[in-house]
Amino acid sequence: MTGRSVTVLRTGPQALVQDLGRPGYAHLGVPPSGALDAPSLRLANRLAGNPEDAACLEVLLGGLALRAGCSCTAAVAGPATPLLVNGVARDSPTHLAPGDELVLGTPVAGLRAYLALSGGVALPAELGSRATDLLSGLGPAPLAAGDVLPLGVPTGVPTGADVLPPVRVPDELVLPVVTGPRDDWFDDAVAQLRAGRWEVSERSNRVGVRLRGTALLRTAARQGCELPSEGLVTGAVQVPAAGRPVVFLADHPTTGGYPVVGVVPPDALPALGQARPGTRVRFRPHG
Amino acid sequence: MRLRRCGTDAVLVEVDSPDEVEAVRAAVRAAALPEVVELVPAARTVLITTRPGGLPAVRRVLAAVDPTHRPPAPSRTAEVPVVYDGPDLALVAETAGISPAEVVRLHTGATYSVAFCGFAPGFAYLTGLPGPLRQPRLESPRTSVPAGSVGVAGEYTAAYPRSTPGGWRLIGRTDAPLFDPRRDVPALLAPGDRVRFRAVP
Repeated sequence: MTGRSVTVLRTGPQALVQDLGRPGYAHLGVPPSGALDAPSLRLANRLAGNPEDAACLEVLLGGLALRAGCSCTAAVAGPATPLLVNGVARDSPTHLAPGDELVLGTPVAGLRAYLALSGGVALPAELGSRATDLLSGLGPAPLAAGDVLPLGVPTGVPTGADVLPPVRVPDELVLPVVTGPRDDWFDDAVAQLRAGRWEVSERSNRVGVRLRGTALLRTAARQGCELPSEGLVTGAVQVPAAGRPVVFLADHPTTGGYPVVGVVPPDALPALGQARPGTRVRFRPHG
Repeated sequence: MRLRRCGTDAVLVEVDSPDEVEAVRAAVRAAALPEVVELVPAARTVLITTRPGGLPAVRRVLAAVDPTHRPPAPSRTAEVPVVYDGPDLALVAETAGISPAEVVRLHTGATYSVAFCGFAPGFAYLTGLPGPLRQPRLESPRTSVPAGSVGVAGEYTAAYPRSTPGGWRLIGRTDAPLFDPRRDVPALLAPGDRVRFRAVP
């Protein structure tokens, strides 16, 4: 066998190719996409000896099995996730010999583990990225059993790590939110955001985290008003007509027609990408 | 021109008309700031997203923008060939009180501007639609509009880069390569571009 590759034997609920996404094309209607927990993707890459932006696998709730077609290093980051090679538990990073079978178990908490393979996943890039965008269909299709994933040529040396602290996933998230651009559509947006209580809905995905709970009320003047579509940033807290907020994640639409009451800053978003349905959510607004 | 806060690294500029949107977009684009990550025009706004710490540079550029100043016409004019046999051509003609041939004459006679993109990669909202063709969306949207369909809705006309659900009134179809993520220039139509439609058999 000439090329470096791994073969997918089975996937759990969802396994996707992700990197740091394709920012810079929103004016063409292209979402940024990329890993929801980008710090974990960067860490997995560093452990495997890859550049931080190499393409990895974003594995939702475990269940992924791969067979190595070549000698390579595998590294897992994110929440604490069992890693087995040929049925035996291993620490990360670990070496795979040709024919070895790697299995990622279900994380004890959280949602998404990041598996880096030395050389990175070398599928063709679209608009500079190999990220799978579930909203617009750009990038590779979600992984399926039988897929053969080409790997690039390793460029660095894997980092030897003795102890790797997993991502902590709390039962309750307190999200900072900077109010605006449309906080004036709501009666005292800061007070409503501070007082509300929510839970992550099971209808959440890579497009956004939908929240169940307190409805945010518009001002009397804005009842029934329509907003012409306007650009959206990642982290935007959009409030549809029914009042239950959606926090947009990497595969969000580039424009939207409901008011955005505030924006969750980038460094608070990885935790949302790890929040299981039922996780309690509060906002800490900055007016 | 009003600036609205949009998180830690973006600002939403709100103006009063599509012409002002284009003036602001063109001015920020011309400044070619390395801090700018995204520059997203929409119906009445321009969203500018920067790298961390990049907003002051953007605010300096915006302070010097006159949104009522029309930017110079762009050099890029795209021509889109259309077969005018859409399923709603008769409905559009009837609503306008003209013949289908007159609908084609009006639609091909105008020069359009790409006001903004959205909804799907490469889906460009074109302004400049002649008055009689400004018509409401279908009462019940189609679950699947074929790729290449050309339609009208409100003040806009557009071509669908790929098959999606949609409620626009469809007057024709094009085989123009509207979006291909593996091309150097992925979208045929980008904000600020001029567009003309040409009838083909």
